[in-house]
Parts: sequence; C-alpha cells; structure tokens
Amino acid sequence: MAKRIEVSGLNVYYGDFKAVEDVSMTIEPRSVTAFIGPSGCGKSTYLRTLNRMHEVIPGARVEGKVMLDQQDLYASGVDPVAVRRVVGMVFQRPNPFPTMSIFDNVASGLKLNGVKDRKKLTEVVERSLHGANLWNEVKDRLDKPGAGLSGGQQQRLCIARAIAVEPEVILMDEPCSALDPISTLAIEDLIEKLKDRFTVVIVTHNMQQAARVSDQTAFFNLAATGKPGRLIEMGPTKQIFSNPNEKATEDYITGRFG
Amino acid sequence: MTTTLAANRPAYDGKTLDLTGKSGARAFRNTLASVLITLCFLIALIPLVWILWTVISKGYGLLLDGGWWSESQRGVTVRREGGGAYHAIMGTLIMALITAVIAVPIAILGAIYLVEYGRGTKAARVVSFMIDILTGVPSIVAALFVYAVWITVFGFNRVGFAVSLSLVLLMLPVVLRSTEEMLKLVPDELREASYALGVPKWKTILKVVVPTAFGGIITGVMLGLARVMGETAPLLILVGYSKNINLNPFEGFMGALPTMINQDRTELALQPAADRVWAAALTLILLVLLLNILARLVARFSKVNSK
Repeated sequence: MAKRIEVSGLNVYYGDFKAVEDVSMTIEPRSVTAFIGPSGCGKSTYLRTLNRMHEVIPGARVEGKVMLDQQDLYASGVDPVAVRRVVGMVFQRPNPFPTMSIFDNVASGLKLNGVKDRKKLTEVVERSLHGANLWNEVKDRLDKPGAGLSGGQQQRLCIARAIAVEPEVILMDEPCSALDPISTLAIEDLIEKLKDRFTVVIVTHNMQQAARVSDQTAFFNLAATGKPGRLIEMGPTKQIFSNPNEKATEDYITGRFG
Repeated sequence: MTTTLAANRPAYDGKTLDLTGKSGARAFRNTLASVLITLCFLIALIPLVWILWTVISKGYGLLLDGGWWSESQRGVTVRREGGGAYHAIMGTLIMALITAVIAVPIAILGAIYLVEYGRGTKAARVVSFMIDILTGVPSIVAALFVYAVWITVFGFNRVGFAVSLSLVLLMLPVVLRSTEEMLKLVPDELREASYALGVPKWKTILKVVVPTAFGGIITGVMLGLARVMGETAPLLILVGYSKNINLNPFEGFMGALPTMINQDRTELALQPAADRVWAAALTLILLVLLLNILARLVARFSKVNSK
C-alpha cells in the first residue's frame, strides 16, 4: 500500500476558465504532504484532480499527467470510479450518511461495492474505527445513527469510512476547518498515525497545522483575482517554514501577505 | 470594583433616556396589523371547519353501521334506506392503486433523471416545461384524451383501467415535482462522499440519495394519491357507475365514492339518498387521511436506526 504520485504539467479548467496552471510535483508515499495558500488559489481544485473528483462538476477538465506509481490516472480507458477506490477523500465538513448507522457508515464503501460477508464487514469496521481513533468512543453504539456524533467524532467517522476501503492515498480537504481545537488535535494525531500506511495529502489554511503534521509543504498562490493558481514552491516542511526560496512564500507564512 | 479608567469617567450624566418606546401612532398600527392578520387566519379557517363539521355531523351515522363497510347498493333505490359503500370504496381503492403503480415509478425515475443526470441540459428543460403544462391540465381534459385513445382509437370499453390511465396523467406531475424538490434538497456533499469511496453513480443514487429523500418522496406520493382519489370527471366519462360489487378493472362498470355521491345527489331531497351522500363524502376523507397516516408510518419505520 501507499503509492507515489507524480504530477507533471497539470492545467485545470472550469469551462473556459483556467483555475490551476502548470503544476508539477512529486508526492512521496508514506508521508504527509500539505498544500497551503490563500483562498481561491486552486489548492482544493488541484487536490480534487488527484482522484478525478473535479469531474463531478460539469465543464471541469484537465490537461497534463497524474501518475500513480507507473499508471496514468488520465489515460484513456481509466475509470474514475476505479481511481476513487484507490485514492480516497475526506471533506471539509463531516458528511456521514444520515440514513445509516455508525457501523453502516464505516462499512458503506464495502457494502455499496457488493461485500456481504457479515464477518468480514464486522472485522473491517472494527479495524477502521481503531485506525481512526474512534473505536473506544462508539463501540457500544455502533447501531446508532452516525449523524448523532459530535462534529469531531463525525469527521473521524468519515476518516474511518475512507480507510475502510483500503485506499493507497488519502486526500483531505481542510479536514479540521469545521472543528474545535481538541477535535483538531485528535485528527492531527490520527494523520500522524495514518502516514505509516497511506500516502496522505492535506489542504489546510492553518499554517501551524501544516508545520505540525506534514513532511512536505507546497505553497500555492495566484497572481491576481481571475488569474489561474500556480505552485510557487514545494519542499521539506522545515525548510519552507524556516528558509523559503521565494519571497511570496515567506510573506504568506509570516502573515505579511498582500 | 472600579478601575482607574472607569473612575475618570462620569458614570451618570443626569439625563434620562426615553425608553418607553411605542408612540401612539405606531402602537395603533401594530394593533391594527395584528388584528388584521388574526382575522384573515380565522376567515381562512371558516370553510375548513365548516366543511369538516358538516360532513362529520351528517355522515357519521351510516358509518357506524357495519353494513356500510361490507354491502353494496345492489337493488337499493334512492328512495330506500340500506346498502353500503363497499363497492365504491373498493372501486376507488383499486383504481387509485393501479394509478399509483403506473405513475409512481415513472415519476420517481423521471425526477431522478431531471436532478441527477439531466441538470442544465436542454432535454431536462423541455421535460420540465412539459411537466409544468401537465400540472395545469384539468381532469376532464385528461379524461377526454384517454377516451379518444382508449375507446375511439383502440375500441376498448369504458372500464376502471381507463380511469386509472387518465388519473396517471394527473398524478404524474404532482409526484414528479415533489420528488424533484426532495432530491434537490439532498446535499451534494453526500453524493461526493459516496463517489470518493469508489461507489458508481447509479448505486450512489439508489443507496444514498433516494434513501435520504425517502420521507419527502412518500409525502409527495400521498399528495398525488389524495388529489387523484377525489377526481370525478374521469369516472363519469370513462366508466359507468355500478351499484354492484365489481373488482375487475378490465371489465364492466365500477362504483367509486365520487360517483356514488354524484348518483345519490340527484335525489338529495330524499333523506336516505342525502344520508348516503354525506356518509360517502366522509368515507372519502377518511380514506385519504388513513393513507396519509399509513405513509407516515412507512416513512418513519423505513428510516434505519432513527433512534
């Protein structure tokens, strides 16, 4: 498990509008890579191209290459549904399925893809909830609705749901922005643990969070409103935060942006 | 405890502010508006309470009689008491059931197309416009259309099934519209969560979107049924009223509650006929009410682990 992602010359369009321009980067397996940058700079858009999630929006398209080890995710004949089974995603707002219990939420990825073996499902649910540091809090109420948990617990439930299908890569789109500091800490601890098994990519607006959890940091920026977002620089998190190569990066990190 | 900063400021400048608020004119306008609103509400309530009271007080007598629920009007003339509404109740239920069986799948699948697949396309706009027109079609026009096709073109007889066909035209737009609204209310985040697990689109719709909107869809179906069960024009045009029990929608005339009311209404001056009119009306209201309660129960118990 855990694969390397290599992106080269990626442009993302919404219809005629170019949202992200010419991004090339390598994301290392079994590590955490953080994307930082101001709002609207295209980091979430770019993140969603890594599992072809942007295609959900009509008119969105991509130029360039995204290689998962040796396979091009945008080669003809590649099924986006199959890609998403390998590259999972956690969203900004916790979004457990409201009609399902905690158990069914975690098992949903397997169940909806046809796994019926109750023993296997029970096993996977327990392992995934352990993996998401949620087991002890919910083990006595697995049959209760997932929507009844607190926001932080719901987000960990969503992470358990994502890791239950055993992906290679987990993408996280500002997973803590709707959570309080204690829940945020719980998720950050969890990210630290997840990188033993998965390639983790996280978009965050919280600079301290990027510094705390990531091994690599990529800074995105846009020249002006209406212009496409670009990758300004990427490197080891320590270096980006202590000695960035670009003036724009330094300005953003130190809060002298604009 | 006073801080030095506060101590340097005068706490009280001696002036009294007028906080009593309402000036006379504003208080008057406020009262006037309140009275007007309450009055309008009460006026709107009058016909509702009046209808319910009239129907219940005049109709409940016959409903308490067991024969009402088990006998037909066979051999009972308008001048005579007796007989029941079994033939009409069954006729109404059978025709409504056939209507629902045809209309509900088409309406729900159509709504899924409009919301999940056709959003923003020209085809969807055309369908949506057609549904709007269909919503405004009077029942007698729908009935005449089915008459033209079923009887004039194909040469079939006037039967219960033909009524159902015309009722489908009336129920379809109601159910489709409400289902469409309910599906639109399902947040896109849930669809994305499902896609991100590698679940195909059709399965996402079937297992995530529709179950989330299920309660609302059922309510829409009920609204459609309630509208359809009280329609009279299609019954008059497409099937004759029969006082006998006929449970076969493909052969012979069939009783129904609206046409039973219509039949006895012709001799409203006679007490037995008048009693039956009110009792049949009350029965129709109760049937709709019962179906509504039933649907709500179904919607509640189908919700997994709601407690």
